[in-house]
Amino acid sequence: MSILVYVEQFEGKAAPVSWEVLGKARELANQMGGKLAAAVLGSGVEAVAKEAISFGADTVYLVDDPSLAAFRVDPYAATVEALIKAHSPKVVLFPATARGRDLSAVVACDLNAGLAADCSDLTLVNGELAAVRPVFSGNLLTTIRFVGSPAMASVRPRSFPAPAADPARTGEVVRSAAVAPAGGYREEVKGFEKTAAGEVSLTDAKIIVSGGRGVAKDPALGFKLIKELADTLGGAMGASRAAVDAGYIPYKHQVGQTGKTVRPDLYIACGISGAIQHLAGMGSSKIIVAINKDPEAPIFSVANYGIVGDLFEVVPALTAEFKKRLG
Amino acid sequence: MNFVVCVKQTPDTAELPKISAAEAVSGDIKATLVLNPWDEFAVEEALLLQDRFGGDVTVMTVGPQRATEALKDAIARGVQKAVLLDDPAFAGSDAWGTAAILAAAIRKNGPVDVVLTGKMSVDGNSGLVAPGLARKLGATLLTQVVKIVDISGGRITVERQLEEGRETVTATLPAVVSVSKEINEPRYPSFMGIRKAAKAVIPTWKLSDLGLSPSEVGAAAAKAQWTDVRKPPARASQVVMIKEATVEATAAKLADLLMAEKVI
Ligand SMILES: Cc1cc2nc3c(=O)[nH]c(=O)nc-3n(C[C@H](O)[C@H](O)[C@H](O)COP(=O)(O)OP(=O)(O)OC[C@H]3O[C@@H](n4cnc5c(N)ncnc54)[C@H](O)[C@@H]3O)c2cc1C
Ligand SMILES: Nc1ncnc2c1ncn2[C@@H]1O[C@H](COP(=O)(O)O)[C@@H](O)[C@H]1O
Repeated sequence: MSILVYVEQFEGKAAPVSWEVLGKARELANQMGGKLAAAVLGSGVEAVAKEAISFGADTVYLVDDPSLAAFRVDPYAATVEALIKAHSPKVVLFPATARGRDLSAVVACDLNAGLAADCSDLTLVNGELAAVRPVFSGNLLTTIRFVGSPAMASVRPRSFPAPAADPARTGEVVRSAAVAPAGGYREEVKGFEKTAAGEVSLTDAKIIVSGGRGVAKDPALGFKLIKELADTLGGAMGASRAAVDAGYIPYKHQVGQTGKTVRPDLYIACGISGAIQHLAGMGSSKIIVAINKDPEAPIFSVANYGIVGDLFEVVPALTAEFKKRLG
Repeated sequence: MNFVVCVKQTPDTAELPKISAAEAVSGDIKATLVLNPWDEFAVEEALLLQDRFGGDVTVMTVGPQRATEALKDAIARGVQKAVLLDDPAFAGSDAWGTAAILAAAIRKNGPVDVVLTGKMSVDGNSGLVAPGLARKLGATLLTQVVKIVDISGGRITVERQLEEGRETVTATLPAVVSVSKEINEPRYPSFMGIRKAAKAVIPTWKLSDLGLSPSEVGAAAAKAQWTDVRKPPARASQVVMIKEATVEATAAKLADLLMAEKVI
């Protein structure tokens, strides 16, 4: 086997980035002329293993065990390490979600393997993995070269297009046993308070509409208008730190260096000046639209399209326009 | 109870765009250097835990002599003890090397209950030191921590913010905890603290003090090497400003353009 991809699932549902990584890994495996395997861990997750085949895996190692019902890094790491030792992949890839990042780091450290965290691109150089990652908060890029094997990387959501599922694809599901962690089960999940259903996650969003301090004259109305536009476009709502610090909107919406890093197809910044720390979180969006009263606002220097105007007028006009078009 | 905070000295975020690839590679950064912003939360949390549970707080960094300024920043906020970890052999360590150095130093420092780190460094951006440290210390790993609920009976209970929601988890001590921004509001260095920091004598521990082998640390041990450090490609396009006679017409024009771009 050449490449092993860890597929992250929560309550039996795969994180979309898992398939993005698997899709890219398929391409790399083809270039290497090797096989692609996926690892699916959890309890009652057989359906996810089948899905992994439809998204490109040749083999899926399915570890379905009650001890893996809730993610805990120790037992997950012990199990993934055992799979790596048994099958010796050259490359092991993880989605760079909170759990995927922990798991990849623990596994790589235990195996004394090189790990490139939070990569934005993967390539092969002379048949070896070379992983591109933003550093210095997105102001520089570096290509990580690995010493020894396996080469490991965690990959940012939306770095690669989601592959199309091919239900006709065939592959092998191999059941493997869960491995108890050497140090025992040191961690116990006591509770989980889920985010409201139906909320689009910022890191997976294709479209994000964000608001900043520009909503100050009526923050509640401002973010209501921004949410209406986001909802109309099927997107997520973001914010600048100034808006979060002023208490207009909770921190989980913050985009930027001390918030989330996002990479949507479309980012609409409303009343956001474009401070460097904000750009660190959204600068690699495909298309950026800026709506700002001030024609000199720095956000216009990274935007593809700009509207100089009052967001309280422009945003509802956009919502009305898209409602018309999208029906 | 004993707490250790691991901090890094990093460039001021406002000056990050000015840093060249050559500076990043050599480590000879001309920008203003500060306490990594994420580590302010770790320092604050250590001080809050000391208020709640008593005990000692030690701050440590792996870095050159100039990194004592980051330790002094922590002292100015109220931390009592600091150690600089510096040796020519440490240069070029990757996350696992840095974690090995910190783990050895933490062991030398004495028994520890909780090690605190920031979520990530604004230069390395990897968030790997905390997991590495947990493994090298044989401690439990708790990342994305937004609240430390309790520490008692050899266990720590925390809340973690994950993509799907907020998890409450208990784990055995010792634990390595990497904290998120929501956990607290960092205090500023106090006037008295700054005076204390100015006078503080900070010990430097070297490779030989830590009983590490040179093969465990430094560039030669690094499994992940930075190559081809470069500026990302500039955003291709010049901004197109849209201004029609009415706001409705402007909205319609933008909608046309975005639909032509196929992003909607
Ligand atoms: C260590 C550190 C980390 C940071 N991390 C982050 C981060 O993660 N994310 C982040 O966003 N920031 C971050 N910042 C803060 C950042 O430097 C800026 O202060 C912040 O991004 C500014 O937010 P803003 O653009 O909403 O506010 P402002 O800079 O005040 O801009 C408001 C904009 O709204 C415009 N405006 C006003 N009224 C209207 C109106 N009616 N219609 C249209 N436009 C209007 C104004 O012209 C102005 O351009 C960080 C700073 C530091 C030091
Ligand atoms: N050189 C270092 N010395 C001490 N602590 C560090 C060092 N580098 C990173 N850390 C800690 O690890 C956290 C994550 O950093 P990083 O893994 O580089 O993203 C930081 O917020 C610090 O708390």
